[in-house]
Amino acid sequence: MIAESNPARASTSPPAPRLRRTPLYGAHRRLGAKMVGFAGWDMPVQYRGVIEEHLAVRSRAGLFDVSHMGEVEVSGPGALDLCQELTANDVSRTEVGQAQYNVLLNEHGGIVDDIVVYRLAETYFLICVNAANTDKDFRWIRGRAGKEAEVRDTSSRYVQLALQGPLAEKILQPLTPLKLETMKPFRFSRAEVSSISCLISRTGYTGEDGFELYCDPAEGERLWNLLLDAGSAFGLLPIGLGARDTLRLERALPLYGHELDDDTTPLEAGLEWVTKFSKGAFLGREVLVRQKREGVKRKLVGLELIEPGIARGEYPIFSRQSLPIGRVTSGTKSPTLGRSIALGYVSVEEAAEGNLVAVEIRGRKAAAKIVSLPFYHR
Amino acid sequence: MEFPEELRYSKEHEWVLIEGRIAIVGITDYAQKELGDIVYVELPEIGEKVVKDDPFAAVESVKAVSDVYAPVSGAVVEVNDALPETPETINEDPYGDGWMIKVEISDMDDLKDLMTAEEYAEYVDKEKEDEGEEEDDDDEKEED
Repeated sequence: MIAESNPARASTSPPAPRLRRTPLYGAHRRLGAKMVGFAGWDMPVQYRGVIEEHLAVRSRAGLFDVSHMGEVEVSGPGALDLCQELTANDVSRTEVGQAQYNVLLNEHGGIVDDIVVYRLAETYFLICVNAANTDKDFRWIRGRAGKEAEVRDTSSRYVQLALQGPLAEKILQPLTPLKLETMKPFRFSRAEVSSISCLISRTGYTGEDGFELYCDPAEGERLWNLLLDAGSAFGLLPIGLGARDTLRLERALPLYGHELDDDTTPLEAGLEWVTKFSKGAFLGREVLVRQKREGVKRKLVGLELIEPGIARGEYPIFSRQSLPIGRVTSGTKSPTLGRSIALGYVSVEEAAEGNLVAVEIRGRKAAAKIVSLPFYHR
Repeated sequence: MEFPEELRYSKEHEWVLIEGRIAIVGITDYAQKELGDIVYVELPEIGEKVVKDDPFAAVESVKAVSDVYAPVSGAVVEVNDALPETPETINEDPYGDGWMIKVEISDMDDLKDLMTAEEYAEYVDKEKEDEGEEEDDDDEKEED
């Protein structure tokens, strides 16, 4: 018992390197959080329970410490060109004050990381990257920068909090002079939150409305407590990584290391909308152009289990003729929908919505259906 | 956390209530808390043989799947049919309505390896200590 097949917990032997802590570590412990190792960080996986926290974000609001996320800043006259060269989306289309979902690519068109690029100034970009990839991304970007662009890993300069849920705006508005009502999704602004200088962006990873706030680590705990206090009357809860994962999965937002990796292209991952061939040259473009012309061989799909069971990452997927057609990348029982859902890659011939397949769960095959994504729409 | 006196406990965090040659088996309060919200349970069928220290069932939280190990060997004579429909019962009442199977014990010597409530409480304390070994140096913050 408690021998979980959960990678976050599998780091007990041999002795793992010491886990890093965010400035909010003490606050999490005082709230009674259960902590786990995640991407080298000691993070709260849950406070009161994953399902309760998940439903709080869907119906009210939740506050997440996501300070483990990395930040890489690119500046200088060559900054835009560097961003354009290394990513799939068209960064030139962003204005100052706009954020953009994007992917860093390698020369094979594989995904180095999925990122959000904030245009702080005409030639100054803040790139928010996954915790597990911070070093890799920083080296990758710096290694390809010429003299015209400066690349810095500024991860230690930020605490990042995510305030997510339908009541997020109501909770945050009284604390800041910024007019949140007029702030559109994927826009950001610098503003004070009760005298704490923040970068506030209307972004998130839950499928709900909400904000992500970046501030000085020295002010992190004060900002955390301010938001928790302000939200208490609205039913705001602190939310751990457990619910962060189920929330993003219902909305079919990919998680690096599960749906995305260095050998997966954005076309396979359902991220063609991020891939702007029209912007001109970029790393991996030729591979992706060819793949688009010839068609992908496998595709990320949504699965809903018809028979009992929960599909977990790496479980094999079979066709109705019992041929192996792919693998599950993430799966859970959806707290909002009450159904057993999963994401996975299957060969493109089997990827049509409504197609019946089977997922092998501990030696038993459970019937599943390919369904449209996302599973949950607000 | 609650560890009733009348039960015996395994190192894998199962509890056993012995009634003659029948063992009623479930997972402990500590185990259900560690797992979090349980959303799916897979149980053996009546007549199946379970083997001491081998997995006989699986419980799944939203996050992960865990095996449940048989604390004794024997034949399954009854399963808790309500659990697949309401797996959260294990969280709510691990020693009562959250029981999992009844086993006819094939070798009563198996019981010798189980712990009393007091021994198990100590065992859990030690496990929690091992897990939280860095809990005391809260003052040290890593910011780079």
